[in-house]
Amino acid sequence: MNIGLTLVSQAVAFFLFVWFAAKFVWPPLMRAIETRQKQMAEGLAAAEKGRVELQQAARRSDEELKGARDRAQEIVAQAEKRAAEIVDEARTVARSEGERLVAGAQAEIDQTVSRARETLRDEVAALAVAGAEQILRREVDRTAHAELLAQLRRDL
Amino acid sequence: MHELTPTSYIEHHLAFREMPFLGGMIHLDTVVVSLLLGIVGLWALRLAAVRATAGVPGKWQAAVELLLEFVDDQVKSVFPGDRRFVGPLALTVFVWVLLMNAMDFLPVDIMAWFYEHVLHQEKFRSVPTADVNTTFALALSVFVLMIFYSIKAKGLFGWLHELFCAPFGSHPLLWAFNLLFNIVEYVSKPLSHSLRLYGNMYAGEIIFLLLGMWAATGWVGAILGGLLSTGWAIFHVLIVVLQAFIFMMLTAVYIAMAHEHH
Repeated sequence: MNIGLTLVSQAVAFFLFVWFAAKFVWPPLMRAIETRQKQMAEGLAAAEKGRVELQQAARRSDEELKGARDRAQEIVAQAEKRAAEIVDEARTVARSEGERLVAGAQAEIDQTVSRARETLRDEVAALAVAGAEQILRREVDRTAHAELLAQLRRDL
Repeated sequence: MHELTPTSYIEHHLAFREMPFLGGMIHLDTVVVSLLLGIVGLWALRLAAVRATAGVPGKWQAAVELLLEFVDDQVKSVFPGDRRFVGPLALTVFVWVLLMNAMDFLPVDIMAWFYEHVLHQEKFRSVPTADVNTTFALALSVFVLMIFYSIKAKGLFGWLHELFCAPFGSHPLLWAFNLLFNIVEYVSKPLSHSLRLYGNMYAGEIIFLLLGMWAATGWVGAILGGLLSTGWAIFHVLIVVLQAFIFMMLTAVYIAMAHEHH
């Protein structure tokens, strides 16, 4: 056993080792650890923020979707109502137009009938006059009996 | 080679390789093994530090980071101040002492054969911490740091004031008692610090030697001695790590205590 120089040399070595560790080992590793811890904390915070934002976005999109659905239903209802109105209107117009056409046709028919009747009457009168002329020959003076002839034509 | 008796066996294994150095004698085995282990340990740590990245760490970096964080946590628990020096100090103490203690796992007689026939050293001891020089060197270095930090934290006058006025009080009649008490405290710290480690490692070595001696008695002794040596080595894993840990913790505690004001 020899206490002395060995002790001193060990102490010197110890201080050198500590100095080395304090200068070349501890700082870079601690820096790496702390930087990574900071990065991870930031990453987790960002993830949390993203999660909250996602939730908010989902809620917002739900609301938007619901609003859009409501609006679409409203639009469809309005369109259906409008379509029914249009159909009704068209039906009314068609009915009145038909009635008008029928009335017009009726009027024309009436007119034609009366015109035909008139024509017929004239022609029968003419025939009657012609027949009477045939019978009476010269005895009938057209001017003298004009009133009579007109009377006849009216009665036919 | 001298006659092989139990006494000569033990004496042979417990003899240091002494070498004249600067007019005195130096334990070459202790110095060489401890320097080698310190360099290997710090080189291994430096390896991780060189390639240290804040991104995804490699396996070695992750392991070293675990060690660093373990040491840092332990130091933080007793010393909440600036750990830029105390942290590396504790780390160095832990790694170095752990490696030196771990030399105890090498089988004593195989190592003796290796030292004798390969390195041509008839006397050579493997475990630097079983040399009281090493443990005293560490404990006294810590002691010097303790005084240094004490003066740094309180000022030279504050430190002297504490020497005379704490713990009993500042009455002039108590100065002598205070000083005596503080001297006892200051002396007991490095003594207990170094002798605890030395005693544990020395005792561990002795038990390996005794079991080795039993193995020399015959086949039964060889088998039983081998089994018991294995058992003791397994138990010794605990002691080696525990003693390194205790040495580190006490280093941190002493330095932390130096910062405390009474």
